[in-house]
Amino acid sequence: MTPFTGKNEALENKMIGDDIVFKIDGVDVRGRIGQTIMEAADDAGIHIPRLCDVEGLDPQGSCRVCTVKINGRTAASCTQPVADGINVENRTPEIQEYRRDLVRMLFHEGNHLCPACEASGRCELQALGTDFGILQPDKYPYLQPSRPVDASHHDVMLDTNRCIRCGRCIRASAHVDHKNVFGYVGRGINKQVGVNGTDLAHTNAAVTDKAMEIGICPVGCIIQKRVGFFAPIGARRFDKEPITGKK
Amino acid sequence: METEALVRQACKKFENDKGRMMDVLWELQNTLGCIDDHSMEIVARELKTSRVAVEGVVTFYSFFSREQKGKIILRVCDDIIDRHAGSEKIASAFSEELGVPIGGTSSDKTFSLEYTPCIGMSDQAPSALINGVPITNLTPESARDTAKELIKGVCPSSLVKKTGDGNNSHELIKSMVNNNIQKRGEVLLSTDVSKSAGLDAALKLSSPDVIKEIIDSGLRGRGGAGFPTGEKFRLARNTNSDKRYVICNADEGEPGTFKDRVLLTERADLLFDGMTIAAHAIGSNAGIVYLRGEYAYLLPYLESVLAERRSAGLLGKSIRRKKDFDFDIRIQLGAGAYICGEESALISSLEGLRGEPKNRPPFPVEKGYMGKPTVVNNVETFCCVARIMENGAAWFSAIGTKASKGTKLLSICGDCTKPGVYEVPYGLTVSELLVMVGAHDTTIVQVGGAGGVMVGKSSFGRKICVSDLATGGAIMVFGANRNVLGIVDYFLEFFSEESCGYCTPCRVGVIFLRERIKKVMQGLADKADLGYLRDLSKTIKMTSRCGLGSSAPNCVINSIDEFPLVYSSHMREKSDGFAAGFDIQKALDESRRIAKRTSMIYDPVYGEERGLGE
Amino acid sequence: MKKKIATVSLAGCFGCHMSLLDIDERILELLKLAEFERSPVNDIKKFRGRCDVGLVEGGCCNEENVHTLLSFRQNCDVLVGVGQCAVMGGLPVMRNAIMHSDEPLKDCLETAYLNSPYVYNPTNDIPNDPALPLILDKVYTCSEVVKMDYLIPGCPPTGDVLWQTLTALLGGNLAGLPKDIVKFD
Repeated sequence: MTPFTGKNEALENKMIGDDIVFKIDGVDVRGRIGQTIMEAADDAGIHIPRLCDVEGLDPQGSCRVCTVKINGRTAASCTQPVADGINVENRTPEIQEYRRDLVRMLFHEGNHLCPACEASGRCELQALGTDFGILQPDKYPYLQPSRPVDASHHDVMLDTNRCIRCGRCIRASAHVDHKNVFGYVGRGINKQVGVNGTDLAHTNAAVTDKAMEIGICPVGCIIQKRVGFFAPIGARRFDKEPITGKK
Repeated sequence: METEALVRQACKKFENDKGRMMDVLWELQNTLGCIDDHSMEIVARELKTSRVAVEGVVTFYSFFSREQKGKIILRVCDDIIDRHAGSEKIASAFSEELGVPIGGTSSDKTFSLEYTPCIGMSDQAPSALINGVPITNLTPESARDTAKELIKGVCPSSLVKKTGDGNNSHELIKSMVNNNIQKRGEVLLSTDVSKSAGLDAALKLSSPDVIKEIIDSGLRGRGGAGFPTGEKFRLARNTNSDKRYVICNADEGEPGTFKDRVLLTERADLLFDGMTIAAHAIGSNAGIVYLRGEYAYLLPYLESVLAERRSAGLLGKSIRRKKDFDFDIRIQLGAGAYICGEESALISSLEGLRGEPKNRPPFPVEKGYMGKPTVVNNVETFCCVARIMENGAAWFSAIGTKASKGTKLLSICGDCTKPGVYEVPYGLTVSELLVMVGAHDTTIVQVGGAGGVMVGKSSFGRKICVSDLATGGAIMVFGANRNVLGIVDYFLEFFSEESCGYCTPCRVGVIFLRERIKKVMQGLADKADLGYLRDLSKTIKMTSRCGLGSSAPNCVINSIDEFPLVYSSHMREKSDGFAAGFDIQKALDESRRIAKRTSMIYDPVYGEERGLGE
Repeated sequence: MKKKIATVSLAGCFGCHMSLLDIDERILELLKLAEFERSPVNDIKKFRGRCDVGLVEGGCCNEENVHTLLSFRQNCDVLVGVGQCAVMGGLPVMRNAIMHSDEPLKDCLETAYLNSPYVYNPTNDIPNDPALPLILDKVYTCSEVVKMDYLIPGCPPTGDVLWQTLTALLGGNLAGLPKDIVKFD
């Protein structure tokens, strides 16, 4: 067969890197073809709430907290590319209500007992709950999982009852550490983060891994041993500034 | 042979290619009866991947297991139609006769018994798969007889006493399944369908002309979404790449659908013609059929059809002596995951990954299988492509309605006298359909499977077509004696079990929906719960990542709209002051037993005597 | 007429009540607006009439908790769950996560009183005095047992949060609380 070159219709008029303009909540935002909506919003200083996405790792689009409406259709802004002239709804009451529900779902799916959790005060789920003004955390039933804690490793322990399946540790381990210490196993409500061995001690995980770094796990699932409660109440990450980055 | 050697041999059989993980795992499951931690470690080493990646795949698919399964696995179909037909009694009969609990394995590892979602035999329910052999139209008595034979050592394939019609009697199928073709239309089930006529016609045209013909025919994908097929071909062709793929989605897992089963049995050549035409149109030399694990009994036959086509010059190098047109097809067996019917999840599965949908864009036509432009269509669509090329776009577009051209295969089952496959022109109303299938006193017609539309009596005038009731062809009929909430609960159970778990709303939200529907069924809900259900449904619909999540709440919203009285009849006032769902007696039961005493407060006589209470 | 406030600690640690004292001298202002009815603050143990606001600390882990909570629901116009334990069970609810066997409660009691490595129990008895209320099969949050009007998270909610909650409720309406003072811990 004779090879031929085709054109990508979507990019027919614009090439990767070209400047475009679109709107977020009615405000003009400049972006570049090839960026995601979230990247362009971040550059413009507009905050879109998120949990599974973190600076330095590929976006995954699983928590759905960054859902926005694009020309009337919902999509995850961390994976949706920008396009010229699109109209993005970010902080509308409707979208905020979806996000609030999603944060609630994650809160009710796991065992998020803040007073007993070392990550309290730097937990992104907790900070989002506060930010969304979730005063009545009884909308959904609590699922109360009871998976065993993996404390086998010398320096790190895992309490997957607090896991929100964001996969940040998985991506950090795969793409930054090149180790694949973590991976998803199971499906549906039983989908969990598994480790590459019988337990964490039987992997090549090290506390110096990017995956174990404080701030990669957004909640209190991955906990470094012997450094617990390093910041006193009042001086913890989200005591100082809200998760939106703006006071 | 020791395990290590067996596992390495299985990996080697598929060239230690981690993209063929599914095949490797199938091989191990079939030979070892399980894929344990040790095997996973060896697979990971041989395929140069991580153990947790292998574990991720093994634990994703319900036909793979880490625990040792019996030599004979009985899977009783548990879809709603089979439940109504008595699948529970069938499972108990097996269980009693074999001495194996449902969901368990006998201690001597001879038998495993479990439920499985729809196996594509709802027109001959209740049914079961015994080591992949479909046993249909079961009764508790025949289940007991079957079990007795199995105990005697009869092999599952010998359980088939009388083979079904058409190719079901073919020596490579020899199945008791019946086609149940109730109505033949002129496109697919007409008896004048000839092998390779469409392909020969297509090969006389240039690729762009083939695409034009398909576009002109107005053909839309038959899977339910209805994307214009010719347009899909054009997009794939126009994406610059050194390689392109043609993939057939033969993973019809929608509860109550079975029409692809009939096409695969009776129209395999037409399907392969269609795929080959698509390959010619987009410039592809490799095709894959993703065959659902439940249809594994068709695999030897389909492989033989492919072999025949290779020797007839219809597949392989220089097809029909056309220089530079090489194309071949392999068949990939799925392993029990409904989500793999979603095209990007199907691609993930083909790549040896967990069958999770991919982020879109990019769409498969740009970046699909192995990152290359890929056309994914279902069995029926490819069959239509071949017929369009044989008879022309004009012939095809003259059938059907203005927006929905051609005929549609419908799998109809449930409370009707003539369940089976119907090929009808688009535009049929639900009432007409009910007359056609011999359904009386119908209350619900579920169009489009579990995530489809629940059509109640007041909407029986609606039409089956792309612009009204769009469907992949699964239609379930429910009579007046069926419990609406039971059906809704079944659908939600199905979705929660089949959710891949990737995104929050589908993984968690559907569990919460089901919890509340259960509460309604138990008479513990109040009016506010209806608002809750609608509200939660909306969030799930709007924020889910793929169609599974966004269609899961349909049954809830539809049933609240169509059957408000069913819901209100379940609402009861509570008088004890407790929140709905809280039962103090139940909460104290275990405690009373352990403490060996009664409650001073809630065991009334005792409490009254002491004059307790505030 | 002054409004009436009732308070109680169910399966809690009295920390939320301590926090109530953290409103410091504002308690004088509070007493101008309302008086305490059934509450550990004044040691009144039974309702003598209807109350405007009921503050409930802690969830329910035994029958007495359930009974008391129900009486609060029946005697208070507005019922507010205060603190993590009332909201989602708090520390006591951690027992639910270890109780998934066929005899969950038995397991739980045996773990607590017999089998844990740090248990010293020479008589091997599990407390079972007839005066002890029966323990529930699991820990229930307040919302699971009765309808709650408001839930205030925090472990404990600070004096400021409780002050704002009470003054708003006594004023007739709790529309919300400023984000920066609400915490889940």
